[in-house]
Amino acid sequence: MAYSLKDKTAIAGIGLTPFSKKSGVSELSLAAQCIVAACEDAGIDPGAVDGMVTYTLDNSEEVDVARAIGANDLTYFSRVHYGGGAAVGTVLQAAMAVATGQAETVVCYRAMNGRSGKRMGQGISGQIINSGLIHYSWYMAYGMLIPGSWIAMIANKYMQEYGVTREDLGRVAISQRNYAQANPRAYGYGKPLSMEEYLASPPIASPLCLYDFCQETDGGCAVIVTSAERARDLRKSPAVIRGISQASTRGQEEMTSFYREELTSLPEMELAGQRAYAMAGLEAKDIDAACLYDAFSSEVIMQLESFGFCGQGEGKDMVLDGALDIDGRLPNNTHGGLLSEAYIHGMNNIAEGVRLVRGDSTSQPAKAVEHVLVSSGVGVPTGALILGRD
Amino acid sequence: MSAPTRIKPPLGPDNAWWWEMAAEGKLGIQRCQGCSRLRHPPRPMCGDCRSIKWEAVEACGRGTICSFTVLTHPQFPGYEYPLIIILVDLEEGTRLTSQLINCDPADVAFGLPVEMVIHTDPDGFNIPVFQLAEAR
Ligand SMILES: [Zn+2]
Repeated sequence: MAYSLKDKTAIAGIGLTPFSKKSGVSELSLAAQCIVAACEDAGIDPGAVDGMVTYTLDNSEEVDVARAIGANDLTYFSRVHYGGGAAVGTVLQAAMAVATGQAETVVCYRAMNGRSGKRMGQGISGQIINSGLIHYSWYMAYGMLIPGSWIAMIANKYMQEYGVTREDLGRVAISQRNYAQANPRAYGYGKPLSMEEYLASPPIASPLCLYDFCQETDGGCAVIVTSAERARDLRKSPAVIRGISQASTRGQEEMTSFYREELTSLPEMELAGQRAYAMAGLEAKDIDAACLYDAFSSEVIMQLESFGFCGQGEGKDMVLDGALDIDGRLPNNTHGGLLSEAYIHGMNNIAEGVRLVRGDSTSQPAKAVEHVLVSSGVGVPTGALILGRD
Repeated sequence: MSAPTRIKPPLGPDNAWWWEMAAEGKLGIQRCQGCSRLRHPPRPMCGDCRSIKWEAVEACGRGTICSFTVLTHPQFPGYEYPLIIILVDLEEGTRLTSQLINCDPADVAFGLPVEMVIHTDPDGFNIPVFQLAEAR
């Protein structure tokens, strides 16, 4: 029987820098600060860190980060590609490294001056090397340059197929903005959003408008992965990694999987979910809360279907029923998410998943939260993570 | 300084032929010489039979709109806004990403028939785009 990662490892600490539109410091500084904060949260000396995983997009080199934080000798380091699709993948790399003895204390980090520095929303410029360059050339020449344009193409088809309206997307954005009112870290804190304001927001890439887009942010977020056994002896109660998988499915492109027969589902997300459920020995009904990747509002509705919380085309009905709200079936992105807290490429959604399991979210549901599902980027090779209370 | 132009596709062995056909006013599709399947976007190996032998065939240029998005912001130099981007299901069975021209954004809809036309930029660059078939 294949080796299972179930319950072998845990997230023992989470750390964040403040989120802003202009950090005034380098990305390396943000990386070092969020990692030290994560170590502090776990009760681990940064000098114990012996493994690092980040995104290929991250600009801070592992060895530079290691010197900055005074890390231990590193015996494991790797990176995961595909933008926000890397989020859960970094945790998977770390969990495998810990479970196989390659390292004991692995930090996963993503730190970016995503607003004041290179903005993701500015899209591609032709300055890409290798096969990715050829891939994006089919879109660049036509002016399809930003992530929102690629996501909009799928969102429009999906919404037409299932009669999803702008109001349905608005309910997702507003639910998350409501959560942000309790979270002082969040961009949306103190900025409530009404349906009228949502519907009046300027179009960007139809059917998506301003409030369907996430918040370009300066900031960093890190999580510490170690063995579940060791995590139990540390400062905070562990968020045990019960199930985890990466997934990329047939016909996958980076952001532009437009050539599959069906465009109205997310097969890579379905595969990641099936595998994470199988490892954890759980089903959708066992998941109490979620942090579904939300660079764009439409993605949340589609993922409700991908992960089996409802049937195909029924995501909008779940949202209408208030499922995503704090007293709903599946409180989602209770920190505000990428839409209303910060866009740290999904790493901050993993941190919120840990808080929900610990019971210390700024919007902690009244019900017991045993299992939380966290997903990586939508429209790219991705991943799913199920965290459990110890 | 001359007027800004659209971002030109970088050309390599896997895609240059398609743009060379466009320069000649044709819409190309890659056909596997192992199993005769058509594929797009082009790639060097057939995912069905793993042949690396292929040839270019000329599409008839007719298709229907599979999906679309109207881009209004941000506006990049070298493109005209609002910019209608469409996915076209070609009669041959492949799908491609392109632009819809000569169309009010309010008139674009799923399933509409479209036909390919070659658009020539001021700098002479040719790019296959589409217009509504009724607009003939
Ligand atoms: Zn073939």
